[in-house]
Amino acid sequence: MPIELHRIDDRLIHGQVVVGWGQPLELRFLVLVDDEVASSEWEQELYRMGVPVDMRVEFVSVAQAVERYATFAADPKPGMLLTGDIDTMARLCTALPAVRRVNLGGVHHRAGRTQKLRYIFLSASEEAELRAMAATGLEISAQDVPAARVIPLDTLLAGEALA
Amino acid sequence: MSDSTVRATALVIGHQDFASGIVSAVTAITGRTDLFRTMSNYGLDTRATEALVREAIADGVTVIFTDLPAGSTTMAARRAQRDNPDVTVATGISLPVLLDYAFAVAPGGDAADTAVAKGRAAMMVMRGAARAD
Repeated sequence: MPIELHRIDDRLIHGQVVVGWGQPLELRFLVLVDDEVASSEWEQELYRMGVPVDMRVEFVSVAQAVERYATFAADPKPGMLLTGDIDTMARLCTALPAVRRVNLGGVHHRAGRTQKLRYIFLSASEEAELRAMAATGLEISAQDVPAARVIPLDTLLAGEALA
Repeated sequence: MSDSTVRATALVIGHQDFASGIVSAVTAITGRTDLFRTMSNYGLDTRATEALVREAIADGVTVIFTDLPAGSTTMAARRAQRDNPDVTVATGISLPVLLDYAFAVAPGGDAADTAVAKGRAAMMVMRGAARAD
């Protein structure tokens, strides 16, 4: 599948995505799924600024991502799909059974969240949402960069990865 | 998370310990500790980083140096700059950039322009060659 990674990362396009994953996976396109960014030229320009010239970025809403997913998946070049939060990825996966794996790349500290990993903090409702996603057969794991250990969701939620 | 209490008007923000590390090098070379505030995006999402940048701007910061154009640090600085057009953001910085800025007569946006030009000029590749003797 040319979409090599379906990633949840609240920083969206940043160094880990463009350089950390982008170089080893030789990513040539990013699909940024975010309703707010998809409706803001200014935000898109901001994210575009950080992307190398040989990498294409598609800014789409959840509805547009669902509509165009087959086209993205048919692209012969490797790409990454990004959402900024768990809920957006959950909505996407519900509409797209073709997505089988989800990478938790960065959900950072915010009031009401508990630390699960150096780069993963979750609220109770986010934990429940991830469990519900996994119950549908999705394989969910945490890994911020390719060289890091892959942490399966069960291990993550049990808090065993923090030790 | 700000890790400097000096009320400088320039802020260096980067990944992990980038800012404190590079500013410590500036201090080692210049002996000055009053030039740069430092900030890390460690453990923060872009919005939380942006909030800290906005606080720094409200507290007098006028120039922001960031480490990586594609980084969340730069995204945060650019968002904060949108509502503060007098603030200058320079990205992809190096030690030569900060050293030049440190010696600027009038710190500010123009000095940042000059410092970045000096930083570009300081980058070079030196390949080895077999000794002739």
